[in-house]
Order: sequence, then structure tokens, then C-alpha cells
Amino acid sequence: MSHAGHLLFIIALLPFIGALVPGLMIRAGRTASAFFTAAPTALALVMLMILAPAVLRGEVIQAEIEWLPQLGLSASFFLDGLGLLFAGMILGMGLLITLYARFYLSSADPMGQFYTYLLLFQGAMLGIVISDNILLLLIFWELTSLSSFLLIGYWKHLPEGRQGARMALAVTGAGGLAMIGGMLLLGDIAGSYNLTDILQAGEAIRASEWYLPALILILLGAFTKSAQFPFHFWLPHAMAAPTPVSAYLHSATMVKAGVFLMARMWPVLAGTDAWFYIVATTGLVTMVLGALIALFKDDLKALLAFSTVSHLGLLTMLLGFGTEAAAVAAVFHIINHLTFKAALFMTAGIVDHETHTRDIKRLGGLRHLMPVTFLIGTVAALSMAGIPLFNGFLSKEMMLEEASHTDWFGSHYAVPVLATLGALLSVAYSFRFVAHVFLGPQRDDYPHTPHDPPFGMWAAPALLATLVIAIGVAPFLAEGIVTAAANAVTGADLHPHLKIWHGVTPALWMSVIAVAGGALLLMLHRPLDKGWIAAPRPEAKAIFDRLVAGIVALSRGITDSTHNGAISRYLAIFTVTAVALGYIAYAGSGLSAPTRDMLPVPPVIAVGWIMLIVSTISVVGMHHHRFRALVLIGIIGLSISAGFVYLSAPDLALTQISVETVTIMLLLLALHFLPKLTPKESSTGLKMRDGLIGLAAGGGVGALAYAFLMRDIDTISGFHVANSYEGGGGTNVVNVILVDFRGYDTYGEIIVLGIAGLLIYALMHALLDGPSARRLKNTDYSEDRSRDRHPLMMVVVTRVLMPIAMVVGLYIFLRGHNQPGGGFVAGLVVAIALLMQYMASGFAWTQERKRIEYHTLIGLGVVIAGLTGAGAWLAGQPFLTSAFTYIHLPPIEEFELATAMLFDLGVFLTVLGAVMLMLYSLSRIARFAGQTVNEGPMDYDPGEAAKDRDTED
Amino acid sequence: MELMVAIMVGVLVAAAVHLMLARNVLRFIFGLILISNAANLTIFVSGRLTAQSPPLIPEGADAPLGDVANALPQALVLTAIVIGFGLFAFALTLVYRTYQNLGTLDSDEMRLAEPREGEDHA
Repeated sequence: MSHAGHLLFIIALLPFIGALVPGLMIRAGRTASAFFTAAPTALALVMLMILAPAVLRGEVIQAEIEWLPQLGLSASFFLDGLGLLFAGMILGMGLLITLYARFYLSSADPMGQFYTYLLLFQGAMLGIVISDNILLLLIFWELTSLSSFLLIGYWKHLPEGRQGARMALAVTGAGGLAMIGGMLLLGDIAGSYNLTDILQAGEAIRASEWYLPALILILLGAFTKSAQFPFHFWLPHAMAAPTPVSAYLHSATMVKAGVFLMARMWPVLAGTDAWFYIVATTGLVTMVLGALIALFKDDLKALLAFSTVSHLGLLTMLLGFGTEAAAVAAVFHIINHLTFKAALFMTAGIVDHETHTRDIKRLGGLRHLMPVTFLIGTVAALSMAGIPLFNGFLSKEMMLEEASHTDWFGSHYAVPVLATLGALLSVAYSFRFVAHVFLGPQRDDYPHTPHDPPFGMWAAPALLATLVIAIGVAPFLAEGIVTAAANAVTGADLHPHLKIWHGVTPALWMSVIAVAGGALLLMLHRPLDKGWIAAPRPEAKAIFDRLVAGIVALSRGITDSTHNGAISRYLAIFTVTAVALGYIAYAGSGLSAPTRDMLPVPPVIAVGWIMLIVSTISVVGMHHHRFRALVLIGIIGLSISAGFVYLSAPDLALTQISVETVTIMLLLLALHFLPKLTPKESSTGLKMRDGLIGLAAGGGVGALAYAFLMRDIDTISGFHVANSYEGGGGTNVVNVILVDFRGYDTYGEIIVLGIAGLLIYALMHALLDGPSARRLKNTDYSEDRSRDRHPLMMVVVTRVLMPIAMVVGLYIFLRGHNQPGGGFVAGLVVAIALLMQYMASGFAWTQERKRIEYHTLIGLGVVIAGLTGAGAWLAGQPFLTSAFTYIHLPPIEEFELATAMLFDLGVFLTVLGAVMLMLYSLSRIARFAGQTVNEGPMDYDPGEAAKDRDTED
Repeated sequence: MELMVAIMVGVLVAAAVHLMLARNVLRFIFGLILISNAANLTIFVSGRLTAQSPPLIPEGADAPLGDVANALPQALVLTAIVIGFGLFAFALTLVYRTYQNLGTLDSDEMRLAEPREGEDHA
């Protein structure tokens, strides 16, 4: 990247970096804050000036860093004439606005915030004009919408400010969305998202069948941003913003973003009939309509807002003409409009600041009270009116000249007449701005006695007014930048000559008519105004509000009809959708021919299968016999584990049996506390519906399973089988996969299980206080309580089983790496052994004899597994790489010592802890619910009885 | 065998979905157990069926002698069974908690977060 490229990057970044500072510097005072806003802006402007000479010579400065190359998104910037013009405007105006705002904002306003927002906006805006990647441009585009939202709504206490900000965001945001679509289409046609590439692909794009959709979508973005009819209504409402914001965003920069975009895309999109009729017509309508409304606005800022709408329409129309001369006029008018309109906004702000009103009908006669402001305002207004020797005249003449030879649907007169009308109205409201505010008799009823503001406040508009005159008198001053920008827009090599006198042309006559007619119109303003107020007009805000309310109602309707709070409905929708999607996928591609033969079915398996099917169907039919349903679920689970045994999955069979056991125990416990009554069932119709959905889902999954069962697959399991012994040191491939190949998964799973256990504990613990705790305490379970709750046989058998089960657990754990078994199964088996003690002798009795907290077990398990995994780092291996060795200790036969074993120990402890914690949490409720505590392990202890007999003897 | 397995999975899913669509949350829980089983089975059989040759390496050998069952789905399903149990236990606890707090097992009546139209948004 070149030296200049680096500078360009820094220019793009400076406002964003700078945005961090003013918010903090406000502690050092308002001036310090303003200074730290101006500093990055000025620095960026200086750098831009360093780059300017090269750009004016026609060079293009480029800078690129790859960002997301997979998406075609790169952080690439380029600076050509158009970019230079806009970047200069953004930074230059940024400086003036910073100065102006320092004096405009009152001490009650949070100025640090304001400057931070301002710099954010400046950075976003700058990004738009120097982006060389349309995706990047879109990001900056949205950023301007967001940051302008913050700026318009800056006075948070004003409802108009908040509403205006929302409206601006909704309109420009919606346009931005449309533009994203258009830009993606454009990038797709051009095969690249880089602007420089797209600009080369103009012909291909215009020839594409997607040209029109792309054009319309992009124009939607541009029109909403640049407040073109019928999206113009947000701009006047955005005037609720502080005046510096209006001057910066709504005259100089943001609203020009749409115009900029049209200019940027001009070589690609312009030149077709579609472009001409959409863009030029929209511009023309907007120009006339905006000027007409502006004439009858009494709010100074509203007048300026509609005049801005009108001038943006003018620019749009010029770009819509599609000729090179019109493009030159557009570029020139961008500069001129910036100078006079920003000055006018600042003037309006000064008037508002000094008199405390912006209502034109309460103003007038200010020329003696505020001579400096009067002078600045008049110069700017005369330029807006298009009076010779002011810069507005020059570009307006060029516009009228272009309009005078533009045909519209075969008519020679439509465009020239309407353009003259627009210019005429423009003259009228410009004169009104001067006449009704500054001229006329001095009044004695101003809300506040006005006088000229301090120098700091009028310095910025004065500078702009000077520019107005300088360019107006010596237009060649602007020739360099206009040429560079116009060449960048058109891609041609133009040498326009800007001059005041073109001879007696049609445009001159049109100008004369406009000025004379405008003056006449102003004289007739009073009666016309009465008529205007009486005439019915569509109120844009009311329409917008109704539209928004309609959309809200629609989305609420959709939400309410699908999201009605009944979980069964969500499940039904979800299931039907899933089945439908599966069917669509199947219908779309079909199936290949089966490649596998079916396995034979041994009779035992067939019997088990029938048991499973019958049990499953019976569970569905069983509504009132909960315990019978439980038994059936047990049968289903056991049949499945038998199936696992036959289908070569001994590990699964072991796990399934133990999980099934724990599940049933848990359900038994819970059912005890749940009401015996079955709640109201669904209606028959609903049941039919549920049945149909169930059949569809079952049929779908069954067909899917059958389809893949009959076809071969390409599996990665071969690797696991081949490397299990050599790489993992175990002969049970499933276990090696669990603790070694896919140890990370297992690690995650035990953590999830641990979390589930803790969650259940927390849920139940929270139940023990609050209203439900009282209800629990008062539950009467005496009716269904067994008289022999801790039977002798049960106690004795579980005690005998306990050590055996422990040894079995240990055995299963130790052999897990080489034979079916392992941490999961061992944890479950030991949990069952402990559970049986709870069942036999009661919760409280057993709890008192418990030595280890289950929480600790979970934590210990996860930590051991984690540390084992981390141990691999010591050996310079990735997390969870296992190591193993064989040890021979006589007289024991040779055995293996693997780190995987240690990992499996972590699994074992976590599973044990989690399962026990779950059961413990549920059974604790029983203890709480008034269950009596037995003192002995069993209700009738024969040993005690014998002792009693002995003492009696 | 393959057809039987497919039918088994289908019947389990059909029953589970039917149970889960009921308003009685206890039936939902039963459905949850069945659908966990069905899902585990589906994943397991996606490794295709192999009868009576588990993925174990005989003593003294470095690799199994003949073709063995697909080990990867087995490993996945093993953890899935345990996690499925965790999910079931959690759902059961929630049902229990909800019953204690709201006094109903009818999912349509549980409207703390989503009151019916016109009800107080308490």
C-alpha cells in the first residue's frame, strides 16, 4: 500500500478514534471538549489536503486491507474527485459545526455526548464517501442512520425530538434495507463487491435482467436518505434536532448521501430510460413540491427543511437527466447548496437563540437589532434565490439550461416549465426568509430582546457567506474541484468552464421570470397563506403513524395467532413443519436404489419387538393408570437394551439398563407428589389431530430410518477401530472413542450433566421456602402411606447388595477401557446401589449416614477430567491427548495404566454425583412434606426384639 | 430386521409425539422418555445394523479380526442416553415445581408468562 493509502486509512479512522475523547474531556470543560472534537477533524482535513493535489490531477488513491474475503468484504478505501469533494465538505463543515455548537448549546445540554455523536456521524459519513467496497459502504450507510438517530433525538426530553428521530430511523433504515438488496444484486451481476470493479462493469449491469430490480432497490435507499418524494416527510420532523445538527446533517452531509450514491453509481446505472424517468421525475416532483410547501411554512427551520427537500430534488433531477453537463451542474450545485444552506440554518439558529422563537409570524424588523446576522442571512438567501453574483445563481442557470432542452414523454415544455416554477417558488421563499424576518418594522413583542451573538457563533456562517460571494463573483475558484468531481462522476474527461455570463439564453429568460414571479408571489403571500391554511392537505406524519400502527397490529395478529401460550400448539406447528420439510427434501431429490440386504430375525428378538410395540401403544392409551404406564415404559426401555445386546452394542445395553432403572425410580418418587387426578383431557377433535400429527411424525422418522438402513455409508469409524489399540491403548473401541478420540465431547457432556444436577437441586431448594413450602408442609399423605414402609427383607437385601454392587461398579469401571463398561455405566451402577439404601431405610436415616456431598462429587469429577486433559499440555500435546503404559506388578498380571482411565474417573464421579443429587433433591421434598423419621433402619428389627427378649429373661 | 427396526422407531416417535401434544404435562414427560429412546435408536441405527459382533479388539490382536459394528454412533448414543436422562430429570423437576407453584398439570392453564387475551398481565 502506498504512503497515500496509509493516510487515507488514518483519515477514515480518525473520527472514530476521536469520538472516544470528547465524552471524557467534557470534565475539563466545554471548550476543551470542543477542542478535542475539532482536533481529529482538523487533522483529517489536513491529511485530505495533502492528498488533494494528486486527486485534482486526476489520480485515484487506493488503500485496501482484507477483512472477510469469503464474503467479498474488504476494508478498502479510495479517493477520487467525488470522494474528495464530499470528504472536504464533511470535514470542513464538521469543523464549522463544532465551533458553532460550542456557542449554540446551553450549559444544561450534555455537550460531551453531543460531540461524541457528532464525530461518530462524521466517521460514518466519511466512510460512505471513500469506501471502495459496496458492502463496507452499506455498513457506513447504516451507521449514519444510527448516529443521526442519536443526534436528532439529542434533546431526549422533547417528544418531537424522539418521534422525529424514530421516524428518520424508520424511513432511512427501511431504505437502507432495500439498498442492501440492491447492492447485493449489483455485486452479483458484476462479480465483485469492489466499487472500482463495478464501475467498470456498467454495460454488463445495464444489460442484465436484474438491472431494474437492483436499480429500484438502490434508488429506494438513495431516495429515503435524500428525502425525495414520497419519502420527504421525515426531514422536516428531524428538525426537532438542535440546529447544529440540522445544519450539518440535514443540509450539508447526510441528506446528500443519497445524492452522492446516485452520483457514485452514475456511470453504472444512469443512461437508461428507466433511470431517466424514475430519477428525473422524482427529482422534479420533489423540487416543485418542496418549494411550494416551504413557502407556506412559518417555522424558520421547517422552511429551510422543505427548501432543502426542494434542492435535493433539483440535484436528483440533474443526475436523472443522465447527461454530462447535467452532472457538472449537479456537482457544482452540491457545493453551492452546502455553502448557502448551512449558513441559512446557522442564521436561523442564531435568530432562534437570540429571540427564543423560530415562528416567522412573530419575527420581523431584526435588521437593526442584529445587523451582522442580517447581512449573513441576506447573502445566503439571495444565493438560494439564485440572484446573480451569488453562487446559487451559477448552478441554477446551469440547471435551467439543462432543463430547457430536456424532453419528457415527448413533451418539450413539461420539464422547463416545472423547473422554472420550482425556481420561482424558490425565489419566493428565499425572499420571504429575508423580508419577514429581518425587514419590516421593528417589533416590541419578541419573546426575548435580540442582539447579535458573540463572534464564535457567527464566525462559521460568515465564512460560508464569504464563500458564497467568492464563488459567485469568481466561479473559476471552484473549477478545479468541480472538474475533478464531475470527471469522477461521469468517468469522462471534461473541462467545464464556470462563468457568470453565458449570453442571452433561454435559461436567462427563465431566471428572469423566476425572480420576477417570486417577488410577485411574496407580495401576494398574505392572501395565499390564508388559502393554503384553509385548503385540506394530507398530513404525512398522521399517515406515517397510521402505517406504523397498522404494521404493529399485523405483527401482533400473527404473533397472537401462532404464539397463544399453549405449548402443545407450538409443538404441533414445529412437528408438522419438520415433517413437511423432510417430505419436501425427499420429493426434491428422491432416493437411490437400496444396497444392503436385510438381516434375519431370530425368534427371541421378534418376541421382544412385539412386546415393545404393544407396550408403546398401550402407554398412549393409558390415561388414568400412571403406575401401569410406568411399568410399560420400563418394558420398552428393557426391550431396547436387549436389542442393543443383539445388535453388537454391549456398552449401550449396560447404559440403557442402568439409566432405565434410575428413570423409573425418579418417576416413582415424583408421581408420589403429583396429584392422582388426571387433568382435563383434550377434546376428541384435538386428540384426532394429535394422533394424525403423531402418525405423520412417526411415519416420517420410520421411513427415514428404513431408507438409510437399506443403504451403505461411508463412515469414519474405520479410523477409530484401526487406531483404538495402537493409539488409544484400549480394546473397547466405544470407550476409547469416549475418553480419547472424542474426549472433548465427553468432557462437555459431563459438565452439562453436572449443571443439570445442580439446577435440579437449585429448583427444588427454592421450593423449600415461600408459599409452596407451606402447602407442602400441609400435604396429608397418611392415606396412601404403607404401614410397613421399611420392610425387613428389603433392608437386609439392600445391605447385602451394597458391597456387591460397589465391587461390580468398580469392576465395570476398571475394565471399561478394554471390555464393555466404563465411567458412565459404573457411575450409574453405584448410584443405583446407593439409591436402594435410600429406598429401603428412608431418606432421612440414610442421609444422616452420608459422608460425601454430591455437589463435591460433581465438582471433583469435572476437575479431575479437566486436569487430566490439561496434563497433556505438560507433554506439549493438545488438550486431552491421552498417554498410556503397561505395568507389571507381580503377583498381579500385567495391567495398563492410561491417563484415559483418570479421565474416566472424572466421568464416573460426575455421573454419580449428578444422578445422586437429582434423586436426593426430589426425595428431600418427601422429608419436608411431613414424613416421619424412623430411628432404626427398618420398622421391625428382629435383632432389637431378640435383645429385648434377652433382657426380659 | 431393518424393517422391524424402522417400524419400531416409527411407532415410538408416533406415540411420543402424540403424548407430548397432550395438555397433561405428565403425559408430556412420558412422551419425552419415549422420544429420547426413539432418537437414540435412530442415531444408533444410522451406523447400520450388525448382529453379534461388538466393536471389541480380541486379546493379542491390534484390531478386530472381522467386520465389527460401527463404533462411532454407539459412542455418541452412550453419552446421549445419559444426557437424555439429565434432560428428563430436569423436565420432571420443572413439572413438579410448576405443579407446586401453579397447582395444575394442564399446560394450557400454565399462563404466568403468557396470560390469555383480556387477562391481567400480572
